[in-house]
Amino acid sequence: MIDRHLVTLTVNGREHELLLESRKTLADTLREDLGLTGTHLGCEHGICGACTVLLDGEPVRACLVFGVQADGAEVRTVESLAEEGGELNDLQQSFSRNHGLQCGFCTPGFLMLAEAYLDTDPVGDAEEVREVVSANLCRCTGYQGIVDAVVEVAAARKEQRQA
Amino acid sequence: MTASTAKPQRWVGNRLPRREDPRMLRGAGRFVDDIADPHAYHATFVRSPIAAGRIASIDASEALAMPGVHAVLTAADLGYPQLTAALERAEFVATQMPLLAYDRVRYASEPVAIVVAESRYLAEDAAEAVLCEFDETQAVLSIRDVTDGGRALHDEAPDGVLVDLQMFSDDLLGEALDRAPVVLEETISSGRVMAAPMEARACHAQPDARDDQLVLHVSTQVPHQVRSGVAQALGLPERRVRVIAPDVGGGFGLKCVVGREEVVVAAVAEQLGHSVRWSEDRQENLTAAFHGREQEYLVRAGFDSDGTLIGVDADIRCNIGAYSVYPFSCGVEPLMAATELPGVYKVGRYAARARGVATNKPPTAPYRGVSRPQIVLVMERLMDKAAKQLDIDRVEIRRRNTIHADEFPYTGPNGITYEPGSYVESLDRLVDEIGKAGWWERRAATADGVLRGIGIANFSERTAYGTPTMGMRKMQMTPGFEVSHVRMDPTGEVTVTSGTCGHGQGHETTFAQIVADRLGISPDRVKLRQGDTDLVSFGWGTFGSRSLVIGGGSAAVAARRLADKIRKVAGELLEADPADIDLVDGHAEVRGAPDAHVSIEQIAATVHFRAHELREHDEQLLEARGAADPPGMFSNAAHAALVEVDPGTGDARVVDYIVVEDCGVVINPTIVDGQVRGGVAQGIASALYEELVYSPEGQPLAGTFMDYLVPTASEIPPIAVHHLETPCDQTETGAKGMGEGGTIGAPATVVSALNDALRAYGADIDHVPVRPADLLTLFKEHRLHTPREAS
Ligand code: FES
Ligand code: FES
Repeated sequence: MIDRHLVTLTVNGREHELLLESRKTLADTLREDLGLTGTHLGCEHGICGACTVLLDGEPVRACLVFGVQADGAEVRTVESLAEEGGELNDLQQSFSRNHGLQCGFCTPGFLMLAEAYLDTDPVGDAEEVREVVSANLCRCTGYQGIVDAVVEVAAARKEQRQA
Repeated sequence: MTASTAKPQRWVGNRLPRREDPRMLRGAGRFVDDIADPHAYHATFVRSPIAAGRIASIDASEALAMPGVHAVLTAADLGYPQLTAALERAEFVATQMPLLAYDRVRYASEPVAIVVAESRYLAEDAAEAVLCEFDETQAVLSIRDVTDGGRALHDEAPDGVLVDLQMFSDDLLGEALDRAPVVLEETISSGRVMAAPMEARACHAQPDARDDQLVLHVSTQVPHQVRSGVAQALGLPERRVRVIAPDVGGGFGLKCVVGREEVVVAAVAEQLGHSVRWSEDRQENLTAAFHGREQEYLVRAGFDSDGTLIGVDADIRCNIGAYSVYPFSCGVEPLMAATELPGVYKVGRYAARARGVATNKPPTAPYRGVSRPQIVLVMERLMDKAAKQLDIDRVEIRRRNTIHADEFPYTGPNGITYEPGSYVESLDRLVDEIGKAGWWERRAATADGVLRGIGIANFSERTAYGTPTMGMRKMQMTPGFEVSHVRMDPTGEVTVTSGTCGHGQGHETTFAQIVADRLGISPDRVKLRQGDTDLVSFGWGTFGSRSLVIGGGSAAVAARRLADKIRKVAGELLEADPADIDLVDGHAEVRGAPDAHVSIEQIAATVHFRAHELREHDEQLLEARGAADPPGMFSNAAHAALVEVDPGTGDARVVDYIVVEDCGVVINPTIVDGQVRGGVAQGIASALYEELVYSPEGQPLAGTFMDYLVPTASEIPPIAVHHLETPCDQTETGAKGMGEGGTIGAPATVVSALNDALRAYGADIDHVPVRPADLLTLFKEHRLHTPREAS
């Protein structure tokens, strides 16, 4: 009665074959089937953005995508940002330096949202960053640390690109 | 200050990056839902679709027949477990909160049964198949519904009032107010909101046969209180319950009380002998978890013609929802409001009556600030109104009524003694910063048609309520103290334990800073372990801006004692008097002879592995215990907001914000800034955006984040934070608590700014939240009542 589908997902560069119930969300698939619990669920109705992951490079709400819809796609989650056991990447370090997190629950979503934005070689000023990160909710920080962290990395990456 | 803190502190005061950050940034935090247990059953609750009525029947047969469903249990199946919170006061009516409603339901979304299944998907399917019939009755929703003589929710309280306290009275107050040159009679109110932490509630319960325990992972601020609640409700000895709070995704008070769902999940795991997990979804969180802040203040206040307050008479009414929350009880909001209303002001004569009324809405819990956002709103509205009537500057009238530096310790008519703070200084500094930021010029700009205003508030925040202060509330279970253990292992690494339970406040960092200073080692070598009832015998948890002061204070005492022991061993190894030993940079050295030194590692190894070489060290190991139980102290702050209002749409925005705060010795300024900013954001949220609205039938109309408007980065402005430091002489570290201040000051500040922005419209806004529709009504009424200028 339960309909299951064989799905191929490439997550953080690794290919997986999964038998998924059609109604299972991508977020639950990542968390339960692949053990990638860095993707958090804050609302399960598409508003908070805690579940943001990159689907073929674009930020999506993993609570609004079914696992089967991601068949054949490349998914990137927060676990891909730093090498396992290695150094944090520039954005992660900037979040820490700028106190862009408190409880840390919203953090993976903001990191993935910001990664996608930073990949577009943006202007990266505070006004634009505020606009971009207002896609997600954080209840702890008042956002300033998050905005500062992204602005700093935008400037640094721009410099690297020009160098 | 004690001798040990008088020494230069190397790590305290430092903007040390947080120890918590790396695991969170990697997505390697461990929240309840992240705990791997592939065989756990998943639970979901069947909830009441109506706000008030009787349960006629519950039929689970269809649900039980569904594949993958293990059980559907009602209150009867669990033996009618309940929790009772009580105040030992004649004015308090104790009522029971059944863990699952059985006879009556008292709010929409109240749990009536639990469904346990193979997966959450299946559990939710089955919950829909549980057929419940109800006889609906008229819901009681507002404070007025009760005070006007509505239907009672609890038979024990036929008038609907669960607590009615005449806290202070003054026979001469009425007469003094009658004769006052300016008398204000005001109704000031605030809407129902909730903490809405990004991680909603969650519980994973697992029976452990080997240790004969029920192990609960709960997203909570108060593991030991959850343990007590579960043990009391299920009739278990406390040792049989182990509560672990792993990483917790925000709490803000919502998780400082014991939720009935958590206890039910524990009960079911115990009954089935199988692990069971439950994760609240957002709709449940908004409609069935704890709310707060729905209050109304009827105040009468008199001012002299020079703006001096003569007296305040307050009638305080709190809508506490359907049940008294465990263990704090529904007295928490009324008691706080009545006791602390005067704030930083000398109010003259004072009387307060405070009531908690029961309605068909979810119970309230102590949401960050607990009544203080409202009492500050009340006092600041009185100041602004009197200033206007008397044509006195808004800052000046505050300055005149504020407790001045030379008046400390000051005892008010509310019986509280205030230790030194910087009440006038912070106000003066705020005015300075407003000027420097160019706000007055910005306020004057009118060319674009936007209305601009500046708001200010000056207030205090009582923090770190210890047993003496909490005892005055007369709770059956009185919180207050903390104990901490500091242990050094054979490699010289240090583990600190505490019953406080940080969840975003950076305790792993600040506790390490405090302990490192006392032991003369790097904070990298200090690890705080918290949130586990098997690690610490007892503790009260994290709430009420208490953790760093009480938990951190107890860790400081323990570390100081351990330092003495280390000095003693070092003295023996170096053949010197322990009193002459300094602990610095990871070693012990003889003062004045730095060449005579021994490393901490060597000391630790000697004590553990070569105890036979020591004669003076008359005990085993390197460990010490500390305790703290301060009386409670006052931080203070002054806030300013610059707002803009669009006269066409009624859209109001806070565009800039300044905080001057004083929380005594600052352990880590970065973390204090973060707490302030996050707090202000929540204060702005309840001033302009968030409200839990109910239909006349008692149906919740805000069940998603589309209706409950948690502000984003677009609504929260940059917030400048300036620090003043009045060290506290009642705490080991000189610190005062500060976790709630931002939230406390912001609503009053924003309302003050709105009234200023709308000064040309004669605005006199006395409630929060202020929504665009309120402002459009104001504009419309103004147009109706203003004669058109002859053209
Ligand atoms: S959990 Fe997906 S947007 Fe909130
Ligand atoms: S850090 Fe807690 S929700 Fe953002």
